[in-house]
Amino acid sequence: MQNNYWQILTRPLIDENPLTLQILGICSALAVTTSLDTALVMSAVVICVLAIGSSAVSLIRRQVPRSVRIIIQITIIASLVIIVDQILQAYAFELSKRLSVFVGLIITNCIVLGRAEGFAMRNGVVASALDGIGNGLGYALILIIVGAIREFFGKGSLLNVQILIPVSQGGGFEPLHLMLLPPSAFFIIGGIIWYIRRKRPEQVENPEFTLSPGEQAESK
Amino acid sequence: MNDLFELLLRSVFLDNLALSFFLGMCTFLAVSKRVDTAFGVGLAVLVVQTITVPVNNLIYVWLLAPGALAWAGLGDVDLSFLRLIAFIGIIAAMVQVLEMTLEFHIPKLYRALGIFLPLITVNCAILGGSLFMVERSYSFVESVVYGFGSGLGWALAIVMFAAIRDRLKYADIPHGLQGLGINFVIAGLMSFGLWHLRGWVDAGGDSRCSVLLCDCSIAGPVGVMGTSLAGASR
Repeated sequence: MQNNYWQILTRPLIDENPLTLQILGICSALAVTTSLDTALVMSAVVICVLAIGSSAVSLIRRQVPRSVRIIIQITIIASLVIIVDQILQAYAFELSKRLSVFVGLIITNCIVLGRAEGFAMRNGVVASALDGIGNGLGYALILIIVGAIREFFGKGSLLNVQILIPVSQGGGFEPLHLMLLPPSAFFIIGGIIWYIRRKRPEQVENPEFTLSPGEQAESK
Repeated sequence: MNDLFELLLRSVFLDNLALSFFLGMCTFLAVSKRVDTAFGVGLAVLVVQTITVPVNNLIYVWLLAPGALAWAGLGDVDLSFLRLIAFIGIIAAMVQVLEMTLEFHIPKLYRALGIFLPLITVNCAILGGSLFMVERSYSFVESVVYGFGSGLGWALAIVMFAAIRDRLKYADIPHGLQGLGINFVIAGLMSFGLWHLRGWVDAGGDSRCSVLLCDCSIAGPVGVMGTSLAGASR
């Protein structure tokens, strides 16, 4: 049983990563990764909401009629997100301004609803909480990698500590402004997916159809 | 009038919800295998967005904003923290109502939209549109224009994306990059194209925006787009 719980916690890290395999929760992952600190805060928020949300949904799973379950799940998640949003606005106002609407959008972040619907409705409280934390960590892993790459190459700093001195201040580092623009997030995540799938070829989706040998010869 | 037209163009192209703000990305990547399904989802988003943003605007202005309850003698009540739960409730309700109305009156369109209509509830483009409406304090008329424009922009983006994916079936893609990986790269290139458009428009028009654009290393793209749009709508 111990072993089983460990698996629930660790599988979403790489083998079933919510971002790179399940296509869940991509919107926020792309938008908040312009710097490492917003990525870290967003990850922490998502882990909290996922863990508490999944256990709450799992706790009441026997009492909820099937027909209204989505509404109930959304209400639980929305309440959690409001609490987190208020806490952020009270204690980290600067960060919450920079995260803009994306904290609120955790409600419709499909990771939370996806795990609630796909896992917590069928499993016990402990397992659901672990599944929530595991998926949150998998999400955080990608967010932190992307955030670190974008901040390091875009500004030459990590967590707002200047590491490479830009040319404008007499150093030898030319900041890559592209890294701070939206498209770069797509390219970096695409690259991460490519790397993971090279290491784990079983994750590659089956092509919808293959060329017949004749066509293959023609295309070469 | 001119301002409204600018807002419309901005919300369709420059502030495209899918490609500049990455909203509704899950749907965007998951249901864009074929052009006709993409068209269905795009249409559903367009319709729902055009209805929910103005409705949420009314709800926010008359019930939730700080001091909004003055008409009921409760001038110092601030319910704005309830906006997330109110908006998602409205969206879910609107989708349900729309589904029933369509099923009853225009069954053809209802069948065309199919399963995508209920899925719209959890599409973050819809909730995002309403939240941006609050953040940029649009008036009612502006929110109608913004709702329509942002919905149209999202629909356009997904149809174009599906069309490119369609052509890509014949391409020779490295094994590990097949599927999701290449989709990310395509979406990135499309978003790149839109950013080019932004630089073009800003250079010809409002010089303030292009200054902000160069300054993006400080605020990050999200902040830049927020401020430049706030400047434009003022």
